[in-house]
Amino acid sequence: MVALDLDRQTLFDWLLRLGDNALILGHRTSEWCGHGPALEEDIALANTALDLIGHCQMWYTLAAEVEGKGRTADNLAYLRDAIQFKNVKLVELPNGDIGQTMMREFLFNAFHFELLTALTGSTDPKVSEIAAKAVKEVAYQLDRASDLVVRLGDGTEESHRRMQAALDYLWPYVGEMFLADATDDALAEAGIAPRLTDIQTKWEAIVSDTLDEATLTRPDRRPDVHTGGKQGRHTEHLGYILAEMQFLQRAYPGAEW
Amino acid sequence: MVTPTQEIWDWLAEVPDPEIPVVSVTELGIIREVAWDGDTLKVAITPTYSGCPATSVIDLMVEEKLREKGVQNIALERRLSPPWTTDWVAQSARDKLREYGIAPPIDGTASDGRMGRAARLSGHNLTIPCPRCASGNTDKVSQFGSTPCKAAYVCRDCLEPFDYFKCH
Ligand SMILES: [Zn+2]
Repeated sequence: MVALDLDRQTLFDWLLRLGDNALILGHRTSEWCGHGPALEEDIALANTALDLIGHCQMWYTLAAEVEGKGRTADNLAYLRDAIQFKNVKLVELPNGDIGQTMMREFLFNAFHFELLTALTGSTDPKVSEIAAKAVKEVAYQLDRASDLVVRLGDGTEESHRRMQAALDYLWPYVGEMFLADATDDALAEAGIAPRLTDIQTKWEAIVSDTLDEATLTRPDRRPDVHTGGKQGRHTEHLGYILAEMQFLQRAYPGAEW
Repeated sequence: MVTPTQEIWDWLAEVPDPEIPVVSVTELGIIREVAWDGDTLKVAITPTYSGCPATSVIDLMVEEKLREKGVQNIALERRLSPPWTTDWVAQSARDKLREYGIAPPIDGTASDGRMGRAARLSGHNLTIPCPRCASGNTDKVSQFGSTPCKAAYVCRDCLEPFDYFKCH
């Protein structure tokens, strides 16, 4: 049972943000399959992508149930256009090199881990069930991503240079994760979701410890330059992802394995 | 007449995990409940990992087994809560995993997102004994191995690579 004082559309939009972040980052991560710099990294990235796609399935199933219009999780993944996707811009950016990929995974995982941890205490039992399932997997993802950020940041001169460049490039996108709008405020008031400022404080602690250990410098620039993804305003990159991901269902509507 | 649920648990113990066929789905702890609702048999199954591709195969294998035993009406439930943990992996399965070449989970060592950092700072890594030669002189190659539930390790004594069934 979801909180009654919250309208369905608001809850639906918020669930889409969770599902869309997981699907789009899962899809990006899956692009490494067969291209990883080492067999073990290739396999690890494919496993991470699987986790994320599993999470999006759970969030979309709940979102579709909340919406109550007969749509399925698959419909939400394959039959929406870019403007209806509510993921943060950070997750749709192209992978870049493996350093940039791992830096993005780290910056997002730290947020994802703290958000899911908080959501295990949600007043909505279905939200807390999904969060409790997902957070156990994201803990391993965060462990792996921070380990690689440290090893590459505090690695060779070349790997350090690339990790710093990745951090500088991604930094203006990280602020969007913590930028609360009316949807986030309504969810926090209903006790379903935490205040994003609380998540930011916890994220800052993980990020600052890890960057210190990685000998990387926190960029001296605004983190909230590129925003709007949560409201459906995306970079040009999302359209290309959807074109590839949704092709089959668009070309052969209703096709099944 | 309905079959006693204990007998149904015995039937399900014959269903192997599709990815690690030496252990059964009951030993893995993923069958959460077996109960009759009138003449419908309800079986609650929990996924190991959210994205585990074996989940739908397991549903199919459970259903096939029950049909083979003559159960007509079956309702499978996907149960998320409480989330699956390796604490539910039976001792019998742990021994079978080791014989099969997979190091069984070490309870109480699930990641909290900061495990790697604690290990780096303290210099103490989790010791995973090699399932082949029992040496503790092993190294983690990757946090994610051949499936999401395993990590990849290598033994520095017998030089063999092996999988570790991660604590979860
Ligand atoms: Zn050995």
